[in-house]
Amino acid sequence: MEQLIQQIASGLANGAVYACLALALVMIFVSTDHINFAQGELAMFSAYLVWQALSWGFNFWLALPVVALISFMIGVAIERLILRPLHDAPVLSVVVVFIGLLAIFHSLAGAIWGHTIKAIPSPFPQFSFVGSGYIGPHQIGMIVVTLVLLLALFAFFRFTPLGLAMRAAAQNPASARLAGVRVDWMLALGWGLAAAIGAVAGSLVAPAVYLEPNMMASILLYGFAGALVGGISSPGGAVAGGFIVGVLENVIAYLGNLLEKSSGVYIIGNGEKLTVALIIVITVLTLKPSGLFGKVSVKRV
Amino acid sequence: MQTNTTTRRLLLAGTGALALALAVSPASAQKNYDVGATDSEIKIGHTNPYSGNASAYGTIGKAIDAYFKMVNEQGGINGRKITFISYDDGYSPPKTVEMVRKLVEEDQVLFVFQTLGTPPNTAIQKYLNTKKVPQLFVATGASKWGHYKENPWTMGYQPDYVTEAIIYAKHILANVKDPKIGVLMQNDDYGKDYFNGFKQGLGKDADKLIVSHVTYEVTDPTVDSQIIQLKNSGANVFFNIATPKFAAQAIKKAGEIDWKPAQYLNNVAASVGAVIKPAGFEHAQGIITAAYLKDPTDPQWANAKDFLQWKAFMEKYYPTGNLADSNNVFGYSVATLMTIVLKQCGDDLTRANVMKQAANLKNVDLPMLLPGIKVNTSPTDFYPLQSVQLQKFQGEAWKLFGDVLSNESASN
Amino acid sequence: MATTTANGLVDQDRASAGGRRGYWLTAAVILLALLPVLGGKTGLISNYGFLQLSLMIVYAIAVLGLILLTGFNGQISLGHGAFFAVGAYVAAVLIDQANWPYWATLPVAAAFCFLVGYLFGLPALRLEGHYLALATFALAVAVPQILKYRHFEWFTNGVQGINIFKPDPPFGLPLSADQWMYLVVLAVAVLMFWIARNLLDSRTGRALRAIRDHTMAASTMGINVAHYKTVVFGISALYTGVAGALHAIIFEFVAPDSFRFELSIAILVGAVVGGIASLPGAVIGGVFVQVIEKYADALTKKLTAAVNLPLDLEPWTIYGIALIVLMYTMPMGIAGGLALLWKRLKRS
Repeated sequence: MEQLIQQIASGLANGAVYACLALALVMIFVSTDHINFAQGELAMFSAYLVWQALSWGFNFWLALPVVALISFMIGVAIERLILRPLHDAPVLSVVVVFIGLLAIFHSLAGAIWGHTIKAIPSPFPQFSFVGSGYIGPHQIGMIVVTLVLLLALFAFFRFTPLGLAMRAAAQNPASARLAGVRVDWMLALGWGLAAAIGAVAGSLVAPAVYLEPNMMASILLYGFAGALVGGISSPGGAVAGGFIVGVLENVIAYLGNLLEKSSGVYIIGNGEKLTVALIIVITVLTLKPSGLFGKVSVKRV
Repeated sequence: MQTNTTTRRLLLAGTGALALALAVSPASAQKNYDVGATDSEIKIGHTNPYSGNASAYGTIGKAIDAYFKMVNEQGGINGRKITFISYDDGYSPPKTVEMVRKLVEEDQVLFVFQTLGTPPNTAIQKYLNTKKVPQLFVATGASKWGHYKENPWTMGYQPDYVTEAIIYAKHILANVKDPKIGVLMQNDDYGKDYFNGFKQGLGKDADKLIVSHVTYEVTDPTVDSQIIQLKNSGANVFFNIATPKFAAQAIKKAGEIDWKPAQYLNNVAASVGAVIKPAGFEHAQGIITAAYLKDPTDPQWANAKDFLQWKAFMEKYYPTGNLADSNNVFGYSVATLMTIVLKQCGDDLTRANVMKQAANLKNVDLPMLLPGIKVNTSPTDFYPLQSVQLQKFQGEAWKLFGDVLSNESASN
Repeated sequence: MATTTANGLVDQDRASAGGRRGYWLTAAVILLALLPVLGGKTGLISNYGFLQLSLMIVYAIAVLGLILLTGFNGQISLGHGAFFAVGAYVAAVLIDQANWPYWATLPVAAAFCFLVGYLFGLPALRLEGHYLALATFALAVAVPQILKYRHFEWFTNGVQGINIFKPDPPFGLPLSADQWMYLVVLAVAVLMFWIARNLLDSRTGRALRAIRDHTMAASTMGINVAHYKTVVFGISALYTGVAGALHAIIFEFVAPDSFRFELSIAILVGAVVGGIASLPGAVIGGVFVQVIEKYADALTKKLTAAVNLPLDLEPWTIYGIALIVLMYTMPMGIAGGLALLWKRLKRS
């Protein structure tokens, strides 16, 4: 039982990372209808920027907002310079551009900072508390930051004119344009926000998994899975989805081990947890194609 | 079974057609060349994962390249410059095959050197042995690289994983009272080799002694969940068979959840700069590993002659390289060994002679090897390095203890 | 979602169905078939050269599989590497365990991959656009893990992979093993492209395109959408699986590490860069997949030598820039770009 609680706690911690990345994916999806395959590498690149700032002696909490701002500008620049001209290109051509971006950021990080792992110390105070055997302070910090980020986004979209304009631009560009919203800039803004959220995700995950160019490669897949299972058009759903996927994979491995121990039959273990988690995600999707919390899209004939 | 395919495919006849001339023949004064060697040049082929999952090892190739640059600047080997051709294989076996075929057939290298990883080397082994092109000092510790009878053109380099794991097992049996062992293992060739050696070393009670055996995939973001499983199994010994990133995660996680077993760490992840420091010195106290190379961050070598030479080399020829990364030490040492072999070849730069000289190394001392560890090979011993010494992590550095150990039984 | 992908595309190959182009095509194939004599015997093309040519053709077949599914039916797959791996393992296991001759494994690999693809197509019916893209991507990521699965180890040989032998030319033909394999691969490719072209010109082909362009309308016209979608998924997997089987035979080795998700990405990039709804696009895509990395690598080395950068530039940067520039200049792929250029030249 204790182990199950530990596994769930550890799954929640991983889930927080997936949730952050899923949130960034959703930001771009709702504003541009694209799934950004380069999201993970952007986040990884931002995490390196944070590492660089730390090695120059800056404080983490000073470095993070600055890097988030830089990432925001990188995001806006990518949208304006690279994706804008491809506005009318087929979806798959845009996917290939994302793959190109992924390759560029990945290889640049390797060229600039090398491939040896780097440590970013946890920015959260290290202290013992009840249950610290189950979950570390960094893990709790990650979960809290993810939830705060979600709340902030919710408030932004709900209560600020800019957020409202962004939603309008995404849902009905033509009407939004008539209402005086500068739709094209809203798309760029979505990219910028996603990149900034990615920067937070990247610099929070780095202390847990260590910084290296491949850091986000596998996390991105979990982020996708989280976003889809929760519903790719819903920020809250994406966060929930991220946590679900994180817990799910640990529980699967736990159950597999339990079964092996009790009956001696090996069916699933650590090697298969990703596979099984993905099968579950796909099953959920076939039953509920727009995700657990997504809106059902009505097909127009 | 080997001869059949060999004769079937003797494509480049003439080059290596003479039967494996491992028999005695004094270095002839006459110049003798195979493809890839001339009066002015020796061409060496190499593949490395500069990209992909295993890209952390890419720096080995860069260090070797830098080393040969230095050799050339200093006049080359017996007056010949080295042309070192290195391609990225991304740790993907078919890519390695393609690149090695390019090296042999298009670039026409004399031999292939330091190809990295067990799956990539497995994929090219048959090809190179059929073609009679030396596959020298491969960068993997699998025990199968020293089978000189089946594969007379392949030779390993580092102490093999099986030997190393047996040494840990014996140390556990001798020093830990009532051991209950938990094993974390990367789910691939390399992990299995270690694990099998470990079980062999534990003897017939192995299955009883190992109370938990968990695996991870290189695509897993973390091994946190696995470490929790190990802790809950009640293990009081932890054998960490992981590559640097995952080893560091494991050490850190074990520390964070207050699991304090006797820890044994595979040599693959023994770098202070790349593993122990990121994991946190406070979590790494008392970890035991087997080493054969000096760690570049270890203060006890700070004034050693070979360390200073290495450092000067890095600063001049590979300034972008990381001075804390022991992969750069590894590349430097193995490149030195290659130069020694080529010097020993004299003017007889045939593939057969390169192989013969590689199998004729007596107590060769390489820079950055631990004191007392030497390279030894013979026509019936294709394991250049077979000795290690145990060391324990104390404070901020490894402390060597005990004797230099080896397991001679592994040499066949 | 999925249908909009290909909505803007013109089927460039429609025009090529008959006429003079047919002769040119036949001539080209004959020329290619004579290469071992023309190029090999004269020493113009090395055995390594034939290996590369074979690989281009193999990737072209794999890309063709994806094009049939995505380009002509509008279903996005980011996981065709999975079918490639299944085909490769079917061939390797049959040769290794059952001592089958290599050529006999090809139809089995084809049939087995069709089945796997068909079955995967069933849940795929419920998924659209991005969801299908992810589900297939997940398949590609899961495949290496599945190949290592403990209960499959007795025939997949787990992480160690399977070593097999490359066939020698039969009847004592004076060809090298690489030249022979090249001819085998070429023959298979010609057959498969021919079948694909006929398929696309048939009722089935029209149905597939109708579903891609307007699923609802196709359905009201009485086309059994579900049937066609699953069958084309099977056919697509079959094509890519045969490519995988050929790949295994060429390399004489399969291992889980050979089929990581990067392979799926490469196939997708090949299809899009070549031209997603075009048979010539598949050939261009196959060539692209095979050569781009080497060019990126060579160019990077040249750049590094020419400009004294303070960092070690990596080939993937050049690769990424190349992809973006290609999509920028030819959003419909190289085949699309060439067709456009041809039209403009004819007009002026």
